[in-house]
Amino acid sequence: MINKTIKQSAWFFVIPVILLVAFNALIPLMTVVNYAFQETFGDNVFFWEGLTWFEQVLNSDRFHDAFLRQIMFTSVILLIEVPLGVAIALCMPRKGPWVSVCLVLMALPLLIPWNVVGAMWNIFALPDIGLLGYSLNSMGIDYNFTQQPISAWATTILMDVWHWTSLVVLLAYAGLSAIPEAYYQAARIDGASKWAVFRWIQLPKMKRVLTIAILLRFMDSFMIYTELIVLTGGGPGNSTTLLSIDLVKLALGQFDLGPAAAMSLIYFFIVLLICWVFYTVMMKNEQQ
Amino acid sequence: MPLHQRLVPAVYILFLMLPIYWLLSMSFKTTNEILGGFSLFPQDFTLENYIEIFTDPTWYRGYLNSITYVVINTVISVTVALPAAYAFSRYRFLGDKHLFFWLLTNRMAPPAVFALPFFQLYAAIDLYDTHIAVALAHCLFNIPLAVWILEGFMSGVPKQLDEMAYVDGYSFPRFFVRIFMPAIASGIGVAAFFCFMYSWVEMLLSKTLTSVAAKSIAATMTRTASTAGYELGLLAAAGALTIIPGAIVIYFVRNYIAKGFSLGRV
Amino acid sequence: MAKLTLQDIRHSYLSNPQTDGDFAIKHIDMVFEDGGAYALLGPSGCGKTTLLGIVSGLISPTSGRILFDGEDVTNVDTIHRHIAQVFQFPVIYDTMSVFENLAFPLRNRKVPESAIQSRVVEVAKMLDLEEGIHRRASSVTVDGKQKISLGRGLVREDVNVMMFDEPLTVIDQNMKWELRSKLKELHQNVRTTMIYVTHDQTEALTFADQVLVMYEGRVVQSGTPVELFEKPGHTFVGYFIGSPGMNILPCKVSGETVEFSGLPVECGNQIESMQSLQDSRTTTEIGVRPEYVRFSDQGIPVRIRRVDDLGRHQLVHVEHEQHGIKLICPEDALIPEGSARIQFDKDRTFLYANKWLAGEGSHP
Repeated sequence: MINKTIKQSAWFFVIPVILLVAFNALIPLMTVVNYAFQETFGDNVFFWEGLTWFEQVLNSDRFHDAFLRQIMFTSVILLIEVPLGVAIALCMPRKGPWVSVCLVLMALPLLIPWNVVGAMWNIFALPDIGLLGYSLNSMGIDYNFTQQPISAWATTILMDVWHWTSLVVLLAYAGLSAIPEAYYQAARIDGASKWAVFRWIQLPKMKRVLTIAILLRFMDSFMIYTELIVLTGGGPGNSTTLLSIDLVKLALGQFDLGPAAAMSLIYFFIVLLICWVFYTVMMKNEQQ
Repeated sequence: MPLHQRLVPAVYILFLMLPIYWLLSMSFKTTNEILGGFSLFPQDFTLENYIEIFTDPTWYRGYLNSITYVVINTVISVTVALPAAYAFSRYRFLGDKHLFFWLLTNRMAPPAVFALPFFQLYAAIDLYDTHIAVALAHCLFNIPLAVWILEGFMSGVPKQLDEMAYVDGYSFPRFFVRIFMPAIASGIGVAAFFCFMYSWVEMLLSKTLTSVAAKSIAATMTRTASTAGYELGLLAAAGALTIIPGAIVIYFVRNYIAKGFSLGRV
Repeated sequence: MAKLTLQDIRHSYLSNPQTDGDFAIKHIDMVFEDGGAYALLGPSGCGKTTLLGIVSGLISPTSGRILFDGEDVTNVDTIHRHIAQVFQFPVIYDTMSVFENLAFPLRNRKVPESAIQSRVVEVAKMLDLEEGIHRRASSVTVDGKQKISLGRGLVREDVNVMMFDEPLTVIDQNMKWELRSKLKELHQNVRTTMIYVTHDQTEALTFADQVLVMYEGRVVQSGTPVELFEKPGHTFVGYFIGSPGMNILPCKVSGETVEFSGLPVECGNQIESMQSLQDSRTTTEIGVRPEYVRFSDQGIPVRIRRVDDLGRHQLVHVEHEQHGIKLICPEDALIPEGSARIQFDKDRTFLYANKWLAGEGSHP
C-alpha cells in the first residue's frame, strides 16, 4: 500500500471526471427529482406534489410484485452463477495453450450487445423452430416461453447464466492464479484434503475478487432490461416484468412521469442501499 | 489432469457455443426454411441475409455509427480517467474517499432510470442523434469503471518511480506520458477493453439517443424486428455480425483478461 | 526423525535432457545424518530449491533414489514422507486463528482433539506464540507468521526432516538474529534433522553443523564452517564463503614448482603427482584468503591501490601486474605506501586444478 501525500491541488486532476460524470448524473437526476415531486401538464408548468407519488408507488401492488420478482431473479442467478463460476474456475487448467483458448471462448458472451443476447436466446428458445425449444418439446417436455410463465422464467435465468457466468469464472480464475504455489505445497505437507485446500486457501484468497463479482452481478442483474425486453418483453402477462421493465412501461408506455420518476428514485436508492450494506459488511470482515 | 476437470470447462464452453451456433445457423437460412420448421443445419445455405446487410446503407451504417461512438467513448473515458486515477492513487485530498464512492455509485445507476431524462437533456443541448451524445452518455458508467481499474494498476506502481523522474528533471506532463503511462500500459489496455465492452453492449441509451443520422445498430435491429415482420434470418445475420468486433477485441487482450480482473480493487 | 540418503540424484526440468547443461541437479550423492543441522548454501539458480523439492516429494527426480532410514521413498508422496517445510515467505491460513493454524496438520491426520490441545499449547510456548493464540493469524507480524509456519511442522511428532527454504528473506534485520538463535535452540531441543537452504553465508554458518555448498547443480563441498573457510575444496567455495572471498590467481605448474607470474609459490596441498597437472586441458589456479596474505620484506612485488577501513581491520587492495589481490591487516597495522612486497601463508595457500582442490580426493 502506498502512503499518500496530502495535496489539495490534486482536485485539478479529478475535475474533468467530475464535470463529465456530474453532467450525465446530476442533471438527469435533477430532472427525475423534479418529476418525482411535482405534477406537470406540459409547458414547463409544475405543481408541487410532495410525497404523493412515492406513497402511490410504494403502496401499489404492481411495484411490490415487480420488486419481489426482481429479488427472486437476482437471488436465483447469484445462487447459480457464483458457485458455478467458482467451480468452473477451479477446473480450469492453470497454464498451457488451452488457457487462452478457454478464456477467449468464455469471454465471448460478455461482448455481445445485450439486445443481440436477447434476440439470440429468443431464436434459440422458440418452441417450434429454436434448437432449445424444439429439443425440449421433442423430449416430451411441454415448453413454450411465450405462453408459460415457468418456461419464461427458466429461459430468462438460463439466458442470464449463459450471459454472465463467465464474468464470475474470469474473476475467480484471476484470484486463483494469484495464489503462490507455496500455499499448495504447504497444504500437501500439512496433509490437507481437497476440501480443506478450497476452504482455507482458495476461498479466502478469492474473497476480494468474489466480492467484486457478487457486487457487479448484483448491480447488473438489478438493472437488467435490454436482454429481457427482447426475449420475453416482460411476459407472458407480467410474469417476467422486473423493475426496469416495469419502470419503462410506466414512463414511456403510460407516460405516468410522476410515479415513474418516484419509482426511479426508490429503485436507485434500493440498489445503492444494498450495495452499501454489502460493501460495509465485507470491509468489516476484512478488518477482523 | 483428471478427466472430470477437463470435462467441466469443455461442457461449459459447449453450452456457451450452442446459442451462438444457432444464431449463425439461422443467419444462413432462407426465411422460407426458417418458417418451414426445425432443421439442425441450413438446408438451403444462403448468404442472402449478409448480402442485404452489406448493401443496405441503413444496416451497415448502423455498425459504423455504433463503432464510432464506442471508440469516442473509450478515448474520452480513458483520457479523463488517467489523471483522476493518478490523483486517487497518489494523493489524499479533501473528500477523496467520498468522491471515489460517489463515482462508483454512478456505475449502479440503472440506465432505465436515466433513459428519459437523457433524451431530454441531449435534446435540450442540441446533441440528440449525434455520436457524441451516446459517447458522452456512456461516460456515466464507463468513467467510474476506468478510474476504478486504473487506480488499481497505478497503486501497484511504486512511488519511487515518480520521485526518480522528478529528480531527473522531468516535468509532470512529460513524466506522465513518457514514463508513467508505459509503466501501466497493461492497465490502460484493460481499462480500454472494459470501456469498449460496456459501451458496445449497452443498447438502451444508444437507442434512446439516436434516431436517423447516428442510428445505432441496436435501433436498426429493433426496427427490423418490429416493422419487417418475421425476418429472423436477417436479424440473426445482423446479430452474428455484432459478435465480430467483440471477438477481435478479446483476441487482442486475451493474455490480460485474467490479470486485469485481479488488479481492480474494491 | 530419520537418516536421509540421496543416491545418485539427477534432475532435469526438460523431458528429454541431452547434455549436462540441461540438468538442474547434475549429480548428488549425500547422506544427512539423523538429528543433524545442515545448511545448503549457494547462489540463486544453483539447484538448492530443486533439491529441497526432491526431498519433500514435490519434484520427482529424473534418476536416483531417496532413502529415509534406509527405506526407499522415491515414489512415496509428500504426505507420507512426514516432512515439514518452512517457505521463503510465510505461508499461513489467513482466516484461521494462530491456534487453528498450529492444529491444522494434526486435525488433518485425525489426531484426537485432547492431544491436539496439549501439543499445540506446548509448541506455542516453545515459539513464544502463546500470547494471543486465539487471534486471527493474519493479524500477526511477519516474524510471528514465520514462526507459525515453523510451528505447523513442530506440532507433528512424526516429522522425518524439517526443511527451511530461505526462511528469513522477508524478516527485518534485527528480528533475523532472534529467529536464528531461536531456530538453533529448537534444534537442540527437538533434535529433528534440519536442512536450511540459504544464499546468505552468515545464516548458514551460524545455523549449521554441516554446510553443503552448492554450485551449478552439484554439492562442491560439505563440511563444518571451519573446514569450508580454512580449506575450500573448490574455488567457488573460496569465493563464496568469507568476506571478501578468496584471492584466486592463475598459475603455472612446471616440474615440481608452482609459479604465479614467474615467481614460485608454495602450496599446502598434498599432491602426489605434479605431472598430471601439466597437460593443456588443466587450468591451474592458486587460492589464498585475504586473511593469510601479509606484507613482508621479500616476496611478490605489488602496488597499493586502495585501503578500506572496515572497523576492526583494514582491507588493502594491491596489484601485481594485472592481478588484483586483497589482504586483511589489523586495524592498527601500518600500511606501506606506493609499492611493497607481500607473502602468502604457505599452509593456507592451495593449488586448484580445473577449479577443484588439486590432489585430494577424486572429482568429476
